[in-house]
Amino acid sequence: MDVIYTDNNATTKVADEVIREMLPYFGELYGNPSSMYAFGDEVGRKIRKARQKVADLINADPDEIVFTSCGTESDNAAINAAITAFPEKKHLITSEVEHPAIRNLFKYLADKKGYEVTFVPVDKKGRLDMDILYSSMSENTAVISLMWANNETGVIFPIEEVAKKAGEKGILFHTDAVQATGKVAIDVKKAGVDMLSLSGHKIHAPKGVAALYVKKGIKFPAFLIGGHQESGRRGGTENTVSIIGLGKACELAKEHLPLMNTEVRALRDYLETQLLEKIPGTSVNGDRESRLPNTLSIGFDAVEGESILMLLDQKGICASSGSACTSGSLDPSHVLMAMEVPFKSAHGTIRFSLSHYNTKEEMDTIVGTLVPAIERLRMMSPFWKDGKMV
Amino acid sequence: MWDYTDKVKEHFLNPKNVGELEGANAVGETGSLSCGDALKLFLKVNENERIIDASFMTFGCASAVASSSALTEIIKGMTLDEAAKVTNDDIADFLGGLPKEKMHCSVMGQAALKKAIADYRGIQILEKPGEMVCECFDVTDLEIIEAVKTNGLETVEDVTNYLKAGGGCGKCLDRIEEIVVETRNETAEKINN
Repeated sequence: MDVIYTDNNATTKVADEVIREMLPYFGELYGNPSSMYAFGDEVGRKIRKARQKVADLINADPDEIVFTSCGTESDNAAINAAITAFPEKKHLITSEVEHPAIRNLFKYLADKKGYEVTFVPVDKKGRLDMDILYSSMSENTAVISLMWANNETGVIFPIEEVAKKAGEKGILFHTDAVQATGKVAIDVKKAGVDMLSLSGHKIHAPKGVAALYVKKGIKFPAFLIGGHQESGRRGGTENTVSIIGLGKACELAKEHLPLMNTEVRALRDYLETQLLEKIPGTSVNGDRESRLPNTLSIGFDAVEGESILMLLDQKGICASSGSACTSGSLDPSHVLMAMEVPFKSAHGTIRFSLSHYNTKEEMDTIVGTLVPAIERLRMMSPFWKDGKMV
Repeated sequence: MWDYTDKVKEHFLNPKNVGELEGANAVGETGSLSCGDALKLFLKVNENERIIDASFMTFGCASAVASSSALTEIIKGMTLDEAAKVTNDDIADFLGGLPKEKMHCSVMGQAALKKAIADYRGIQILEKPGEMVCECFDVTDLEIIEAVKTNGLETVEDVTNYLKAGGGCGKCLDRIEEIVVETRNETAEKINN
């Protein structure tokens, strides 16, 4: 059975070009990039090129890039650097809909380290409450961390505007751009952010490699203390092969950016239109005007997400759900709850996240599978009768 | 992905006894839309109190559907007295087991059955003693206190894993935390005295 993969906000296929770029460094080119001989320096030069490509994707300078192991590490390193730089400031700002890498870190800092944290709420479309955000900024605020785009709904936050306001008040600004990278144009200089996280496996590089942009001049103490790697900010031998893969993936992401905003956006819109037309009691979650081009969060009334995913899986279709029952816990999606998405559709929310590898035929297969699947589940649902909620 | 048995998958993909049952003379409902799981159980019971047919309507995950389907298969042909002895473990066992995080699906089946039997017999189910804390999973403060004391539970998460309380809509999490803290403080005071 062919797989139809529409869960690219979870992870992506490693691009063939990326694999080809990495392969020699698994085999004959195994030198340590820090070694003082040509065999090692050949690998070192490749890492320098990779660093340049990562920087090029976000309009940074190469020495502003720190390679890490994952988006969570980048996020944690950024926030820890910020609070270390300003030990006298005891207030932090983030949003209610952040990824657990930020959300749980901020909860930890509040619960265990005595920080006051403002979790800025969002409205029903997933947009930040700017009044609360701006009014909560103070001289005591060490750092503001806001995601560039939400992983579940794709809603894009006004990063440039907030970074400017934070800068005026002398507050460090970090953005978790893990979902936005490769999907919308990112220019760190134009955006005015101090730190930015991105991750390889969301942009067709392997899992286990990521990067943190740290603007020149920002105080950034070492968080892995060891050798001189990453300008002493993160000691330890580099994840050489994956970093090389990340470099290639960033080069490709830059090339594919126009594709993401034309063809992939059109495919997403086609899927959305078809589902809204053919399945009654269906609604899109999030601001449709300001959203990642590849992401569709769509809720089906009176049915539950895991059941939908299981029926999709029967046809080889991979997607994900905002439903409680698909996660390891029973908690509902904190993003949908923060947006006050009604329970009738929150539990039946499915996220489709596309890439340039998807096709229109695949979208038709998804629609052709979902229409009878929802109908079947509604036939056994006590909350659906005669084509509507009861 | 959940580690479902083949039988769970089979009962989800091809559930038995789905839909409203024509001529049903007993109905039991449990769960709610906000909690993400709900079950409506229909029974047709003859004059000898034997269940001659059963069906269900379920809103929930694959294991909720499979548990409901399994329940109807288990109880068909039983007398009400026999059915009253069916437990959530019987439902889980029939399916070859459920992931521990999904055991509440079988608990929901047992609760709906209990209500359907009471409905047939015209008996009002007595409210459990104590204050209702988690409406999703029908758990009272006294049950939480008992569980904290008996099992040394320390956190809200421990309570959710043990009783499922707080695992649905989450509205009761603050109250559960209060109960955990109060109970642990009381226990500590007794030890110190």
